[in-house]
Amino acid sequence: MEFIYYFGDVFSPLSFMLLLGGTIGGLILGATPGLSPTMAVALLIPFTFQLEATQGLILLGAAYTSTVAGGAVSAILLKIPGAPANIATTLDGHTMAKQGHGAKALQLSFLSSAVGGIFGVLLLIFLTPVLADWALAFGPSHLFWMAILGVTVIGSLDSASVVKGLLSGCIGLWLSTIGFDDIMGAQRFIFHPSLGGGINIIAALIGLFAIPQVLTMFAKGRNSGAAEVIAVQKHSVLDAMRELIRRPRALTIGTVTGSIIGLIPGVGGQIAGLVAYDQTKKFSPESEKFGKGHSEGVIAAESANNAMVGPSLVPLLTLSIPGSPTAAVLLGGLLIHGIFPGSDLFDNHPEVAWTFINSMLIGQILMCLFGLYIAGFAARVAQVPQSVMAAVVLALSVFGAYSVQSSMGDVYVMACLGIMMFFFERYGFSAAPLVLGLILGPIAEANFIQGSMIANATDGLTTYFLGGALNKLLIIIVLASIAYSAWMELRPRRLQAPADKTEART
Amino acid sequence: MNRTQHILPSGLVFAVGVWVTWISYTQAPAEAFLFPRLIATVFLVLAGWTFAKALMGKSKVGTGLSRSMMLNILPGLAVMGIYVFWAAKAFGFYTATIVAFFVLLSLYDPASHRDARVWVKRAVITAGFITVMYALFALLLKVYTPREILF
Repeated sequence: MEFIYYFGDVFSPLSFMLLLGGTIGGLILGATPGLSPTMAVALLIPFTFQLEATQGLILLGAAYTSTVAGGAVSAILLKIPGAPANIATTLDGHTMAKQGHGAKALQLSFLSSAVGGIFGVLLLIFLTPVLADWALAFGPSHLFWMAILGVTVIGSLDSASVVKGLLSGCIGLWLSTIGFDDIMGAQRFIFHPSLGGGINIIAALIGLFAIPQVLTMFAKGRNSGAAEVIAVQKHSVLDAMRELIRRPRALTIGTVTGSIIGLIPGVGGQIAGLVAYDQTKKFSPESEKFGKGHSEGVIAAESANNAMVGPSLVPLLTLSIPGSPTAAVLLGGLLIHGIFPGSDLFDNHPEVAWTFINSMLIGQILMCLFGLYIAGFAARVAQVPQSVMAAVVLALSVFGAYSVQSSMGDVYVMACLGIMMFFFERYGFSAAPLVLGLILGPIAEANFIQGSMIANATDGLTTYFLGGALNKLLIIIVLASIAYSAWMELRPRRLQAPADKTEART
Repeated sequence: MNRTQHILPSGLVFAVGVWVTWISYTQAPAEAFLFPRLIATVFLVLAGWTFAKALMGKSKVGTGLSRSMMLNILPGLAVMGIYVFWAAKAFGFYTATIVAFFVLLSLYDPASHRDARVWVKRAVITAGFITVMYALFALLLKVYTPREILF
C-alpha cells in the first residue's frame, strides 16, 4: 500500500496542471486520425526536458492514457479510428452515431474506458512490486534473454511477416551498437560524423514514428478533404451510467481481456479491442445486434483498449523491458532523466514510480470527465486538414529532435530514419521491433558482456547462457513466439492453397 | 506490386547486412565487436532469406508504392529534404520553418489556389503556428536553435 503515500504529489500545482494538460491535449491528439498514441508521446518528450522526472512522466502518462481513449471520438463520429486500438469501437460506435445515438456512444466509450483503465492501473499497482521482487533474482544471462525476448516477441507478433519483423529487430539492435564501445572505447560503424555519439533514442523515436505519418499524409495528395462529422444530440450521462451498469458482461469481458492482453509484450490495444469485441459477441444473447449499433460492442472495445494501458507498463517498470512501442517511448522519457527502470526502481526512486502510477489512476478519472465534455470539440479538431497536420508534425519533429541535445546531427538522423522507415514499411518491415531493438540493444549488450566475463571465469558460455531453468524457460518463450507467429503466417496460405485449387477446378 | 519493388529494399538490407557482418568480423579490437558479431550473424541470415524470397518473387507482404503515391509524395519529400538538410541550418530554424510550413500547406491544401482568401488563410495559419512554436521552444523550453536571418 506504499502507493497511497505518494498520492499527494500528484496534486502539487505543477503536477496537476501537467496532468490536466496531458489529458486534454491527449484527448484532442487521440481524436486526430493519423496521430497515434506512440507518436503523440514521442513528440511530447522534448517538452519534458525542463521538467523533473516525475512531472515529465505525469505528462507522458496522461497523454498515453487519453490518446487511446480520445481515438474513440473520431472512431464514433467520423468512422476513422484515431488509433489502431479504436478499430473495434468503429464497428458499433459509428452505427450508433448514424442512428442518432452519438452522444450515448461517446459517453459509454469514456465511461467504459475509465472503468477498464482504472482496473488496469490497479493491476499495475499490485502486480508491479511483486514482479519487481521476483526480478531481483535475475542475473545477466536472464536479462540478456529478456531483452532478446522483448525484441523477438514484438518482431514476430507485431509484424505482417515474421522474418521481416525479426529482421527489423536485428536492424534496431545493430543501430544501437553504432558509436563508441563502452568498455574498449573502440569506434563501431561510425560512417558519418553525426553518428559519433551513437544514435540518440529520442531523435530516432520521433523519426521512426512521426516522419512516416507525415509522408503517409503527403501520399494522399491534395484530395485529403476532411471527413464529415456526425452531429451529436444531448444525452444524459446518468442514463449512460445506467446503461453501463446494465451491461456487466461486456464491461467485465472487455476489462479482463484488455488487462491480460496488456501484460503480454507485443500485443497492442488493437488486438485487445478486437478480441474483447469478439468474445463479448460470442457470449452475448444479443449477438445478432453486434455491428448494427449495439452498446455492448462499444463498451467491450473501449474498456479493453484502456485496460491494457496499465498492465502494458508492468514489464517496463519491473524488468526494464518495454512491452509495447509506447512503453518504449516512455522508457526513453525515463532515460533522459537518468532513471533506469527495473527491479530497484521502487527502492531507488519510489517517488517517481508511484507518483507516475498514481497520476495514471487520477488521469483515468480526468479523462472520463473531460472526454464527456470536449468530445464535440475534439471531433472538430479531428477535421483539421491533413496538409496542416503534416506540416505541424514535421516542424514539431525537427524542433523536438534538435532540442534533445542541440545537435543538427540528431535532426539528420531523425529525418533519415523516418524517410527510410516509411519506404520499408511499404514492404513489410516494421518500426516497433526496430525501436525495441534500438532501446533494448544496450541492455542486451551490457548483460551479454557481463555474462561472458562471468561465464569465462566459471562454467563457460554455453552452460552460463543456455543452462538453468530460467534461461531455458526464456529461450522456450522466445522460440515459441517465433514458431507461433510463423505458423499463423503460414496457416492462411495453407488454407488458401486448397481453396485456390478448388476454384481452378471449377 | 512487381518483383523489383521487393528486390530493391530487400537487396539494400542484405547489402547492409553483408557490410555489418564484414565490419564486425574484421575490425579490432575483437572484444568490442563481440555483441555486433552475434547480431550480424542473425542479421545476415534473415536478410539473406528475405532477399532470396524477393528474388524468387515469393515476397508478398506490404502494400508497395504506386506511381500516383510517389508523385504525391515527391514534392513534399523535396521540400522536407531542403528544409531539414539545408534550410534549417542555413536560414535559421524559424525562418526555414515559416517557408517550409507555408509551402507544404499550399502544396497539399485541397482548397483552390486561385482564391485570394485561401492564401490569406494559409498565411494566418503559418503565422499562428510559428508564434506558438516560438513561444514553446524559445520562450518556455529555452531551446536555442540556429538563427541565421530574421529570428
